[in-house]
Amino acid sequence: MAYSVPRMEGDDTVAFEGQGDTPMWEVFIRQRRGLSHSHVGSLHAPDAETAVQHARDVYTRRREGVSIWVVPSSSIHAFDPDDAESFIEANEKPYRHATHYEIPDEVGHM
Amino acid sequence: MPSISPADTTVETRFEELIAAEEKIEPTDWMPEGYRSTLIRQIAQHAHSEVIGMQPEGNWITRAPSLRRKAILMAKVQDEAGHGLYLYSAAETLGVTRDDLVHLLHTGRQKYSSIFNYPTLSWADMGAIGWLVDGAAITNQVMLTRCSYGPYSRAMVRICKEESFHQRQGYEIMLSLTRGTPAQREMAQDALDRWWWPSLMMFGPEDSDSTHSEQSMQWKIKRVSNDDLRQQFVDMTVPQADHLGLTVPDPELSWNADRGHYDHGAIDWDEFWTVVKGDGPMNRERIEHKVAAWEDNAWVRNAALAHAAGRLEP
Repeated sequence: MAYSVPRMEGDDTVAFEGQGDTPMWEVFIRQRRGLSHSHVGSLHAPDAETAVQHARDVYTRRREGVSIWVVPSSSIHAFDPDDAESFIEANEKPYRHATHYEIPDEVGHM
Repeated sequence: MPSISPADTTVETRFEELIAAEEKIEPTDWMPEGYRSTLIRQIAQHAHSEVIGMQPEGNWITRAPSLRRKAILMAKVQDEAGHGLYLYSAAETLGVTRDDLVHLLHTGRQKYSSIFNYPTLSWADMGAIGWLVDGAAITNQVMLTRCSYGPYSRAMVRICKEESFHQRQGYEIMLSLTRGTPAQREMAQDALDRWWWPSLMMFGPEDSDSTHSEQSMQWKIKRVSNDDLRQQFVDMTVPQADHLGLTVPDPELSWNADRGHYDHGAIDWDEFWTVVKGDGPMNRERIEHKVAAWEDNAWVRNAALAHAAGRLEP
């Protein structure tokens, strides 16, 4: 996944002090009461408190939310996309869906 | 539901099927290296444009003509910073770091939109930039909400919601000036004269000369060609100029009833390439200012890191 930055002659002589040590955080916002928090993006911040402040400034300038969660990006553990066939198996069980069953119209809404 | 093959088909086939089915590509999906590097280049250039774009307008914050205009301009410049952050965040999902991108900008190996290499000479430029430059940006960005890469498309949706305010506040400035004194009308016309052609250049080279376009269209990174976007912008903007009572600085501009579009005169592509290659009026100053801001504020980043590290220790 790593992207190799194009090199340029004399590159090593260019001083650049980056943000390398600043952790990345994933930001989740509850749009309004009654809804779940949803992922909106990420940002860099040295600690959780600063991350919440940055998230407020970056992602809620127009009252887009009533609550913010921030989670260190390194703490997100994800499903392996190569295992996608397990979703397809689930799709092979149509009897799990209500529409699989035929109920006579006279019975009315069920 | 579009029909997508099971996971045992090749990754290339699956990628192409997702694109054909108008599904989004997400960060953990397999993607061709060319798709990844094209997106990194384009999203980074877009992010850099938002960040450098703060300079021409920041130039007028202290001289805004009223407190209302000053508060609006500050909110707009703050939005541009936010847009830059959404976009860097989208680029980072492709496996590149923010540091890499900032470094590439500072050393001139990644570019930003050439429009920001023109100077802002009068208050009317705040009107012209909001109306024309943000107007052109919206035309492009509305298309990009349909981009095939999920994180980029989602960032665009968020940005487009906010850009509408940017364009409307700019047009409102132009309205105030054109309804004002003769000197104010003259100032508005002068701003239109200077920003019109660079705004048309924002859509990039003509389709026949655009090197990246064809592949990007196939990958659905780009959905509409440069010339078609430019035409949309001209058709939308000319009536708005008429309403202001201003004259678009193009003697060849005319309504073509057969095409149902405005025809416009030839764009000076020599000027475009001169600015792209680094010799526009403000290229050096913009990057010098950006690098100085980064370096002068290093102590803030370092202090925040030191503070966070100190709190971890008992």
